[in-house]
Amino acid sequence: MSDALCRHKELSRIWATGPGWQRLGAVNHSILGLRFMITAAVFFAIGGVLAMLIRAQLATADSAFLGPESYNQIFTMHGTVMMFLFAIPMLEGLAIYFVPKLLGARDLAFPRLTAFGYWCFLFGGSILVGSLLFGLAPDTGWFMYTPLSSDVYTPGINADVWLLGVTFVEISALTLAVELVVSILKMRAPGMSLARMPIFGWYILVTAMMMIVGFPPLILASVLLELERAAGLPFFDPTRGGDPLLWQHLFWLFGHPEVYIIFLPAAGALATIIPVFAQRPLIGYRASIAAIIAMAFLSFGIWVHHMFTVGIPHLALAFFSLGSALVAVPTAVQIFAWLATLAHGRPRFDVPMLYVFGFFFVFVLGGLTGVMLAMVPFNWQAHDTYFVVAHLHYVLVGGFLFPLLAALYYWLPHVTGRQSVHRIALPAFWLIFVGFNLTFLHMHWTGLLGMPRRVFTYDGSEGWEVLNLLSSVGGFILTMGFALVLMDVLVQRRFGKRFRRDPWRAATLDWAMPTPPAPYTFAAIPEIDRRADGLEPRRLGPRLAAGDGYLARARKGWQETLGVHMTTGAPEQIVVLPRTSHLPLYTALATGLVVLALLVRAYEVAAFGLVLVVGLMLYTAQGAGQKVDHGKLDAGRGVALPVHTEAAEPPPWWALIFTLVADATLFASLVFGAFYLWLIAPAWPPSEVMEARWPALALVVLGLSAGPIAARAALQRLRSGGSVAPWLVAGGLGVLAAGVGLLRLLTDALPDPTAHGYAAVTFVLLAYVLLHVAIAALFLLSNAMRFAAGYLSPKRQLDLRLTRLWQDYTAATGLIALALALGLRELALTSGTLP
Amino acid sequence: MFFGSLVLFALVMVALALTFLCPNWARRVSPAQWIIGGGLVLPALVLPPLVAWALVAGERLLPLPGQGVTRIEVVAEQFGWQFGYPDQGGATTVNLLHLPAGEPVDLHITSTDVIHSFWVPQLAGKLDAIPGKTNVLRLQADRTGTFYGQCAEFCGIGHAFMRFEVEVREPDDFLRVVDGLAAEP
Repeated sequence: MSDALCRHKELSRIWATGPGWQRLGAVNHSILGLRFMITAAVFFAIGGVLAMLIRAQLATADSAFLGPESYNQIFTMHGTVMMFLFAIPMLEGLAIYFVPKLLGARDLAFPRLTAFGYWCFLFGGSILVGSLLFGLAPDTGWFMYTPLSSDVYTPGINADVWLLGVTFVEISALTLAVELVVSILKMRAPGMSLARMPIFGWYILVTAMMMIVGFPPLILASVLLELERAAGLPFFDPTRGGDPLLWQHLFWLFGHPEVYIIFLPAAGALATIIPVFAQRPLIGYRASIAAIIAMAFLSFGIWVHHMFTVGIPHLALAFFSLGSALVAVPTAVQIFAWLATLAHGRPRFDVPMLYVFGFFFVFVLGGLTGVMLAMVPFNWQAHDTYFVVAHLHYVLVGGFLFPLLAALYYWLPHVTGRQSVHRIALPAFWLIFVGFNLTFLHMHWTGLLGMPRRVFTYDGSEGWEVLNLLSSVGGFILTMGFALVLMDVLVQRRFGKRFRRDPWRAATLDWAMPTPPAPYTFAAIPEIDRRADGLEPRRLGPRLAAGDGYLARARKGWQETLGVHMTTGAPEQIVVLPRTSHLPLYTALATGLVVLALLVRAYEVAAFGLVLVVGLMLYTAQGAGQKVDHGKLDAGRGVALPVHTEAAEPPPWWALIFTLVADATLFASLVFGAFYLWLIAPAWPPSEVMEARWPALALVVLGLSAGPIAARAALQRLRSGGSVAPWLVAGGLGVLAAGVGLLRLLTDALPDPTAHGYAAVTFVLLAYVLLHVAIAALFLLSNAMRFAAGYLSPKRQLDLRLTRLWQDYTAATGLIALALALGLRELALTSGTLP
Repeated sequence: MFFGSLVLFALVMVALALTFLCPNWARRVSPAQWIIGGGLVLPALVLPPLVAWALVAGERLLPLPGQGVTRIEVVAEQFGWQFGYPDQGGATTVNLLHLPAGEPVDLHITSTDVIHSFWVPQLAGKLDAIPGKTNVLRLQADRTGTFYGQCAEFCGIGHAFMRFEVEVREPDDFLRVVDGLAAEP
């Protein structure tokens, strides 16, 4: 047997996922990336069927096909499914599958987290879609505007399905975003500095960072609305010191960046594909990176352009209008960089390029109508009409679906190991292209004729009938196109011609491997000495298979990959990844139990499920890491590196930092909400405020401050080789003190939180701190268990460093929250209607 | 705006076509020219005048303080509209709005339940009716006639039928009709 074949067998044995039930324990990124994409495609088909129902209903005036009850569920679910169950998971699947392969890593940083994320997505999505079968689907629009979505105007569990189901999926998306950021920053091929990273890596890095700060406002808003619906805390009720517009601000603070979160990965695929077919490296690599980052920042500053008609002062609108128009600049930079690449290359045509053409055509039109909508007076007229429906479909289909189909035709050979059969691909493209434009081009005109969104019928006197009928016909042509694409995929999988390696003559690492890829991805990890979109996979691939690179030798049955310095890409550590496991599945099932129990308001069951989740997580943490110090180990090519458990900056360290960034965004959104209600909401100030219980307050401050001190002392003790137990106990006492004090404030000092927005928001501020204190207790518990089991040593300090970080964060946000609670109280007292 | 967009769209599509059909020309434009020209110069020429125009146009539509502007109170609720005429002795109409032609009117818009949006496509842009908040829409109908209006913010099961009519009359007729309504018991 040749050396390469031996290596293949040995690595395969270590990395493989077993057959049968063991498949459910898969943690491999190739498998999970595909599962994500296939599941998202199924949801896309479901969303598409819903769209067909909408078009069937609107095809004629006074149609008796659907009543408003079903129509409202259908259009709500169409938007929800396409946004949360198709677009986001699809781009995540794409990133999960290709990021390690493009960057030269064997897997992502936290494979079990990937699996957990997948199961959460599947269960959350199934709950949402399943509700349609029972007629219990959300029916207040995918934007869930309050107070329509509050318990007063929408009783029943329809809206709860949305809030809980979407939050479930969002939390999965957030965990994956953290994982992607850490993987991109820490786990690349040696020598691949950030400035040499393929452009796709940059796109995904920025997208994932946007998710980390973009999703928390929506998660917070959903939690607040669910609290209002289930427990009566009035955040959005104008009669009790809430404000319905607070929902819109939080929703669009997420909702606008969401559009760019969807667009950027698709643009990353374009920026990867266009150079291959232009047969030259991307032009404007640095300009593109600057444009991506500019876009990310701008996208967070323009959410108000979805709210031009709510009565915000005109001059304020002008700023958001200007910001929205400015987005055209980074977009144009990217588009012209691609045009320049084509101009200076030797473009050749193939199916992916057809979809690239489709992208240019559709997306540019969508961008132009976007600039129109950014103009305030035009927006006042076009807002919430079919003009906007047409615009958003041009942007999202042009900016996401066409690039995605280009990516499908470009990368499908990577997954199947077979080449495309062209006969079906061409008619499929033209059906999609013509069908799309026939559906949506004149829909701009329907909107300008005054047809508002979300009406389930119209009477025919308005002159909208012919236009709507045309749109419906176009919609069905579009569907036929998608059916052909599906057929094409199946045909290619079955009958496509096999190829050896790199069918497109690409220049990136993803093709430097046999396809379909082996479970270990790279037989050896390459050294990168130039920008990683100018490589030669055809020559590199065989060399890697022969073991010419890092970590080419199997060791102790470990799943090894390399951790590198964040910016320079110098090798730093050997990351040992966890094996397949069913724990992610069980944890996700328990989480699903919590969600379902909350949905039917069986709070005892929810509490039981929560205990189960926490127990499973602690149990999972028990198996992670190493029980002995290994010192420096040979990593190949004459380099010796420590295992990640002994490294200074292992992936979990950065994962906690980025998790805390997300957490801090959530906290900041909550603080924003508190100030917003105080400044804007009607019916302020409240008639009752929190009592200043100084003993309880002092207890909380004491407990919060003790946490970081005890964590530092424990770490000091561990370094000097002593027992950390006393300091873990001290940390526990601090937690206890803070917890007791907070409970006292919540139950005793605070007026009824259902009475007024003030009490409700103070309640949530304090509950936020309590939650973090409780999690700190879990950190300490895990520390104690793992110290006893021998996972900690003077060289393996990670656990205690993570606890220190968490305690620091808890103390900082806790003190801010406490100060804010007291500040709100003072403001209410001084602004004066109180006795 | 419409023709401007067409020109820009054509520009990009022609550029794309040229890279395939006329590679020699396309190659003569340097990468920097492509990116700076298309990404910076083009938006710099188009966006500032557009934004400035929109700002001016928007300002002209604002309800600036003025003398003798008729006040009408609009209250939206699921699923209908109530219009009050405090300047004309407190008459009210339901799903029918009377307006004088050629005179500015201030509509004070609010809601008693969920968010709705007041919109008469042929007369003005839309403005949301939000519970706990009153928005003011300045509106002037230039000719007499019947127009239709509708709720433009999704508000529940009856959203599609939440429509109303607008009767625009000469100012004297308007006063006569509305005063007449107020006089009725």
